[in-house]
Amino acid sequence: MNVDRITEKLNILADAAKYDVSCASSGSDRKNKNKGLGNASNGICHSYTEDGRCVSLLKILLTNHCIFDCAYCVSRKNNDIKRAAFTVQEVVDLTINFYRRNYIEGLFLSSGIFKDADYTMERLVRVAKKLRTEHNFNGHIHLKSIPGASSELMREAGLYADRLSVNLEMPTEAGLKLLAPDKNRQDMIDPMHFLKNEIIKNTEEKKLFKNAPMFAPAGQSTQVIVGATLESDQQVLQSANYFYKNFNLKRVYYSGYVPVLADQRLPALNTAVPLVRENRLYQADWLMRFYGFHVNEIVNNQSPLLDLDIDPKLSWAIRNMQAFPIDINKADLLLILRVPGIGLLSAQKIVAARKFAKLGWDQLKKIGVAVNRARYFITCKSNEFERRDLTGQNVKQFIMGQSQSKYIRNTQTQLNLF
Amino acid sequence: MNTLVYDGTFEGLLTAVFEIYERKLYAVKLLKGEWRNSALFEEVIPIVTDEVRASRVLRGLRKKLSAAGVQRLYISHMAEIAGEDCNVLGFIRYVFDSEQNIEEDYGNRYVMRLSEILKMVRREKHRMEAFVRFQKLNDGTFYAAIEPDFNVLPLLIKHFKNRYADQKWMIYDIKRGYGVYYDLHDTQFIEMDFDELNNPINVIAAYSEDEGIYQNLWKNYFNSVNIASRKNTRLHIRHIPKRYWRHLTEKI
Repeated sequence: MNVDRITEKLNILADAAKYDVSCASSGSDRKNKNKGLGNASNGICHSYTEDGRCVSLLKILLTNHCIFDCAYCVSRKNNDIKRAAFTVQEVVDLTINFYRRNYIEGLFLSSGIFKDADYTMERLVRVAKKLRTEHNFNGHIHLKSIPGASSELMREAGLYADRLSVNLEMPTEAGLKLLAPDKNRQDMIDPMHFLKNEIIKNTEEKKLFKNAPMFAPAGQSTQVIVGATLESDQQVLQSANYFYKNFNLKRVYYSGYVPVLADQRLPALNTAVPLVRENRLYQADWLMRFYGFHVNEIVNNQSPLLDLDIDPKLSWAIRNMQAFPIDINKADLLLILRVPGIGLLSAQKIVAARKFAKLGWDQLKKIGVAVNRARYFITCKSNEFERRDLTGQNVKQFIMGQSQSKYIRNTQTQLNLF
Repeated sequence: MNTLVYDGTFEGLLTAVFEIYERKLYAVKLLKGEWRNSALFEEVIPIVTDEVRASRVLRGLRKKLSAAGVQRLYISHMAEIAGEDCNVLGFIRYVFDSEQNIEEDYGNRYVMRLSEILKMVRREKHRMEAFVRFQKLNDGTFYAAIEPDFNVLPLLIKHFKNRYADQKWMIYDIKRGYGVYYDLHDTQFIEMDFDELNNPINVIAAYSEDEGIYQNLWKNYFNSVNIASRKNTRLHIRHIPKRYWRHLTEKI
């Protein structure tokens, strides 16, 4: 093994893959077979980079040679950077040796497009096949579906991978046309469609035959870049909602655009990464997936942008003060979930605990409720509650007055974006 | 106020519970450790662990709690968190003093405290599943040292046995002085003579040939995936507190 060369390749190809934010290694239920290596049952973040993002999978490109020229991408054809390519065996060796040392949960393999879609996809599938069949590797494998790859290859990919993903890149078709003229949104949607149907078919087969092979058991995900083009949060979230609903996606990832290239169509190189906006989008995404919110409750024509100062749940609450206060000892779980300062676990604890005795402020605090936020919206077993008839704006001011945003440092540069 | 001194085992704890109910004690304090006849303690009752009594108490707990509830109680005690024995005892007494199953009565301070303890223990277990870093030794065994905040090594066995079924491995808790060894068939608890192992010369000599290469590749990878323009040290340290760094290949 030529250590220096491998090291150089790893540096180049990990660096090129890092803008893909997908990191989940959960959602699969692949067991360790015949005393082989690994399993993919639960998500584990093995480390965290200095920017605070989790390192769960060995996330690399097979190559950063690419025939496309997408404006937002470091690996674009006309960018003057070092290029490299792994062989199939090199990726397999790295994966196995990292996995055995408990560095990673598995492999996330993506690639620049060399020659054509099928040629690229075939290489990705070959890596996964080798890991599964020759090394009895049962860890997590996440493959990129290359837009335009043939159905046969996609089907084979599904047999070896736990998760497959196609990056939509831009939240809207217009954005994609502007920045990636060579790419076609339909080419991205086709494999998603194909995989969705195959996954449904496989679930049906599994019900009938226990031994039916697994097909992408951790489902599909996608990623959109925010802040590179001018889409509103409403457009971003509505497009995410559309893909959750119609393609049964497990996750949509939002990647705040990191300025890597100078191009007239893009924000200037010194623009700050829209970290707060990205954070708010994820909060909104959680509200849609776990808290029973409809996308139109979070963003709509009256408020197409998420409030950067406060989280989207609080933002919804102060727009809907007529829904409050609610009695924590009586209200339905779904209503409690809508109270700012009460999370999923606290809400479940409240509903379980109140069967024994009514709850007061101290107990709510112990259970994990952020009482300083929640107190404007609830009553409990106590004579103390908010008696003033406050408007949403009042509440926002009170809450912001007593909390210090961890993003305050970034606020100034943030505003310039819009 | 009576002070009970027990040996620190779960059976010992259950024996103490038996004693409390038999003697109808009300205010008690539970301490771990050797019983010394010291004038400092006025009324010290030494608890001699008794399997028969312990299993009677356990049967009682099983009647009043779900199987998962008993398991959670066991884990909370086994974690050996300093000063929590009284809360664990308080929980058990609340279980026996109530008509119904109270394991979800989070308004009660003992139930809530137990749920907090459990959360801490589970987080530590999960961290260890993530932060164990094996090093390949000459004989093909993968070795890792850990120093968890709580005694979670026994909780890790199942995970690592399922995952690394085809390699010999050893995880050693150097804080508590014991480890687990998997020999391709089964796991066993072991204790090692530390002076020899701690000697850095011995450790490096015991590495397999390619160990250094992969450690370096991993460090390189770790640095390459960082996005400098998103640097967020606070978040980084919240995810990997500094006390774990000395066993993390990428942070050494």
